[in-house]
Amino acid sequence: MHRTGALFGQFKTLEQQKDTATLGMWIFLVTEVMFFGGIMLAYTINRHIYFHAFAMGSNTLSLTAGTCNTLVLLASSFTMAMGVWSAQTSRKKWVTIFLTLTIVLGFVFFSIKYLEYSQKFHHHLVPGRNFNISYCVDNPSACPDIDAADMAKEREELKAAFAADPDLNAHAQLYYSAYFGMTGLHALHMVIGAGLLFWLLKESFSGRFDAEWNTPVDMVGLYWHFVDIVWIYLFPLLYLIDRHK
Amino acid sequence: MSDEHAEHVVPPGVYAIIILSLLTLTLLTVAAAFVNMGRFNIVAALGIATLKATLVVLFFMHAKYVPKRTKLVIVAGIFWLALLLFMTMSDYISRVDYRGVRFPMTQNITFSVEQNV
Repeated sequence: MHRTGALFGQFKTLEQQKDTATLGMWIFLVTEVMFFGGIMLAYTINRHIYFHAFAMGSNTLSLTAGTCNTLVLLASSFTMAMGVWSAQTSRKKWVTIFLTLTIVLGFVFFSIKYLEYSQKFHHHLVPGRNFNISYCVDNPSACPDIDAADMAKEREELKAAFAADPDLNAHAQLYYSAYFGMTGLHALHMVIGAGLLFWLLKESFSGRFDAEWNTPVDMVGLYWHFVDIVWIYLFPLLYLIDRHK
Repeated sequence: MSDEHAEHVVPPGVYAIIILSLLTLTLLTVAAAFVNMGRFNIVAALGIATLKATLVVLFFMHAKYVPKRTKLVIVAGIFWLALLLFMTMSDYISRVDYRGVRFPMTQNITFSVEQNV
């Protein structure tokens, strides 16, 4: 293909080339909005129908872990935005630094997510034949990470929830299916994003991104921010149901 | 807007203000979840989430500075999502089943052969 420096033959100017890439990226992101939107719709309907089970399930999540992850992911969006700024202003060394910081924060997110997931496995809160929403309350010695006061509170909540919805154990699995499905798909997007960031990092070592040409940094940035927005919605939807009880 | 506008570079100061607002709003949404506002808890939670998402889209994703045709794509995407949510939810909420039961999934009805005759 005919190419003059960073400018491909089918474009008149670098600006036009950049605008075209941005437009294409946004169209892709809109398809992603519809993809996550459908899942959130399924979640909303189930939450509306099985409110008690969803509230009970939400209260078994670790709010500390969820809040930390939200702050970590927002911070990674900030470092990503700064990475784009560094590229736009030809600060080549800073591109590498900010991309590295973004990857590190991404992996902090993964680590916290891993701790949360493994806790759910230990607490028998993974949908399937071993799912038991009352497992920790029935076997307190198997859940040493929940202190006595929280355990007593959870016992009361469970009693009230079972009184309101006798089929709570089945319906709570719907909540946990939504939880693992939504956070899992979100994490998958982050894995793809981290892969793209590693590629950018490799390219940034040779100082490829500058004020004239930084399209890949900008586009991966858009993708990373989009994944951040998905989490901005997942956090209140999954972690903050009925916390005031 | 001309196709040949120079690329808009958002200064780091703006990014700093946005990230501080985002972190503050996160703590605010956690605090709000512990206040009993009845059915307005979800309104507050999603309202704050939407405010945060708007800040990310406008500034981190530079949507404030892109050409109008790109803005149209973004707005169309949000509009289509609103259609999906609004139309489906209004169907679910207003549906009446063959026994005249409104929103039958919430009624914990046990089905038997006699009932269906």
